Amino acid sequence: MPVISPKEVQSDYDVVIVGSGAGGGQMAYTLTMNGAKVLVMEAGRIFDPARETAMMHTPDMAPLRAMPTPDKQYGFYDSSIESGWEIPGEPYTNASKEDKRQFFWWRQRMLGGRTNHWGRVSLRNGPYDFETKSRQGVGFDWPISYDDLHPYFDKVEMLVGIFGSNEGIENVPHSSPGVLLPPPKMRAGELLTKKYAKTLGIDVLPVHRAILTKQQEADQLPALLHPGNGKAQKILAENMRSRAKCFFATDCHRGCSIGAAYDSATVHLRPALKTGNLDILPNAMVREVTLNKEGKAKGVSYIDKVDGTDHHVSAKVVVLAASSQESVRILLNSKSNLFPDGLANSSGKVGKYITDSVSSSFSAQIPALENLPPHNEDGTVGQQAYVPWWLCKEHTAGRLDFSGGYKFIVGSGRRMPKMTSVRGFDRLAGREGTGFGTDLKEDARRFYGSTVGFSAQGAMAANDNCFSELDPDVKDKWGIPVLKFHWKWSDDELKQIAHQQESMASIFEAMGARIGRQPETKNPIKVIKDGGKIIHEVGGAIMGADSESSVTDQWCRTWDVPNLVLADGAPFPGTADKNPTLTIMALAWRAADHVLDELKKRNV
Amino acid sequence: MKDFYETPRIERRVAMEWIMSAAASVPFLGQTAIAATGETAAPVSGKGYGPDPDMVKAYQPGDLWPLTFSAGQRELVIVLCDIIIPADEQSPSASSQGVHDFVDEWISSPYSAQTSDRNLVLKGLPWLDEEAVRRGSAKFVVLKTEAQLEVCRELALKPKEFPGNFFLKMRDLVTGGYYTTPVGMRDLGYRGNMPMPEWNGPPKEVLDLLGLDPE
Repeated sequence: MPVISPKEVQSDYDVVIVGSGAGGGQMAYTLTMNGAKVLVMEAGRIFDPARETAMMHTPDMAPLRAMPTPDKQYGFYDSSIESGWEIPGEPYTNASKEDKRQFFWWRQRMLGGRTNHWGRVSLRNGPYDFETKSRQGVGFDWPISYDDLHPYFDKVEMLVGIFGSNEGIENVPHSSPGVLLPPPKMRAGELLTKKYAKTLGIDVLPVHRAILTKQQEADQLPALLHPGNGKAQKILAENMRSRAKCFFATDCHRGCSIGAAYDSATVHLRPALKTGNLDILPNAMVREVTLNKEGKAKGVSYIDKVDGTDHHVSAKVVVLAASSQESVRILLNSKSNLFPDGLANSSGKVGKYITDSVSSSFSAQIPALENLPPHNEDGTVGQQAYVPWWLCKEHTAGRLDFSGGYKFIVGSGRRMPKMTSVRGFDRLAGREGTGFGTDLKEDARRFYGSTVGFSAQGAMAANDNCFSELDPDVKDKWGIPVLKFHWKWSDDELKQIAHQQESMASIFEAMGARIGRQPETKNPIKVIKDGGKIIHEVGGAIMGADSESSVTDQWCRTWDVPNLVLADGAPFPGTADKNPTLTIMALAWRAADHVLDELKKRNV
Repeated sequence: MKDFYETPRIERRVAMEWIMSAAASVPFLGQTAIAATGETAAPVSGKGYGPDPDMVKAYQPGDLWPLTFSAGQRELVIVLCDIIIPADEQSPSASSQGVHDFVDEWISSPYSAQTSDRNLVLKGLPWLDEEAVRRGSAKFVVLKTEAQLEVCRELALKPKEFPGNFFLKMRDLVTGGYYTTPVGMRDLGYRGNMPMPEWNGPPKEVLDLLGLDPE
């Protein structure tokens, strides 16, 4: 079973999955490895990271030195095609016209979805992150605890390959022994940050990322992941052997042709196809989920983007993994007599409670890093060090005036230069006006690589002001109604931003850094990243303990339609101070196990 | 596509060799001959590369959209390039790396983000020639080098208003263009983009300078 066209769609799938990213990929992997017949539908085209990514190209080989354009919004070499905040013919709207009340929606229309673009930071939600309401009095508790997901986190980390370390930090769970791959050594700027942050009681530690710093144990891991399933073990071992370890060059955002960095096509879909149980249908834009007379999901209707024709595919189970808000949109557009307000929406909660990472950044120039002897600092290009939330005790004692913790990523290094890498050096050199000539060349050599940047990302509790609904007027180029977003930052989040700014600045002060601007503590709304801009949005079909207050149960299965499952960020009842992707995959694996169980019992 | 998932196991060594040879075989900027287009700049007529361009192909200025500079403008920009980034003992000049053609590509871009740069550059270039006339010369490129530098030093003092903002814009385009070439990157001290079997952190020399212990 391979990549197919609408003509080749079968009539007897066990499961149809809408979306091929982290959640859809994990679903497809778990289901097909255990014998279920699956169709994955993808709105974009097939994309081959092994052949289509420009790993070693320098910016002068690209148009406009690879700088972002409306066609390639993260730059020419970013492994994103047909993707962006704005996509021609595929609008969305915002209810408010006000600045800072806008939500920006990234869509990634290609095989593998956002896993192609991802920075690969892979952090587990911790125990407290499932108890937001109980611990902080805001947002919601999850209907599951950390212990429910722990084994799935282990499994996902073994399958995907995650580097990192267990450090004994409160609310930062340990992976089981032998699960994590060794973290890369820190760069000079990161070690310097670590040294001075320590004097303030703040630990800079190795981050966790989905990159192979050594080859996976293909002789051992498959048996742990698929006990008693020889075929799955064999396929997985083969796939693990096909992935090379990182060669410590080139940005993972460009995609990884050697398979060292995770993406869904390489790690999830390739072995899933090898089982013979998977079909992939690209260029399929899903319109809605259809129902049978009993009110169960029958399948999905979709538009073949190649010729604009309408089609339908049936399956015993429908999984939406289209990205949280695209899944919300499909639900809201699936209207019937039974569900006039959208499918699985008897609670009225579909679209509600969108959350995102609460984020601000701060960077400064470090005189100690000037004029260092040239050396290679690529490492695992990108994030290697971070500061996990260090004030859990303060939080528990009620000594902070905001509910969510945050982590921050430490960015430093002599990175591959881009158009903007030599800006701002006139000011650093104390020059009046515009530097040029040999002065400029000396400034550039002196200051290049001497800045350190912190990017803080914090927890957000679900609230009533951030949600999406269908726009009554606007449709996309296929005539499908689009989403209208409502967004408003609360005082809780803004106070967190002020704290982020202050703590990041305090580390720079300790380092003797030259700070371009003061930390924005008085007017944090000025520096908070707009909703959606971190591309961590989750929620909109949250899981909960009952059908009145939530859309899905603890298996990510909608309360109203038992054979309809959500396998992206939509079921998250809130955002933790961790990136969402690893938790999306763990939830998807757990949901897939439940689907397999139901298929076996013939409940669906 | 179907053979993508049938791709046989790729040995890391083979992958690295393949990548390195692909990188080495790519022609660099600066070897392209751009035809003169007459003295009057045409409005931008090209289209963008679209949301699904070939990322692996190596592009030259002029491949994707028509360039703008006349022969005279190009000659002037070459001079400016080498005033902004001259050759020194360590590295060659900006024009030797074809940065003038990159500036042309940039100001000829069909994307709106570059429109104001285009207008400023195309307003500033004639100003330089007019200034040369005021200083008793036919055009900027035939001014004596010291006189050219004097004009630029004056422009550099007032980066916020025309024509100083034009000079600042040229400076940013030329430095950005230069330090994104392999030669420019090396001059900055960038030593990465080199596949390596292991990553061992910063060298001892660097750690010692910073007073840091190795991990």
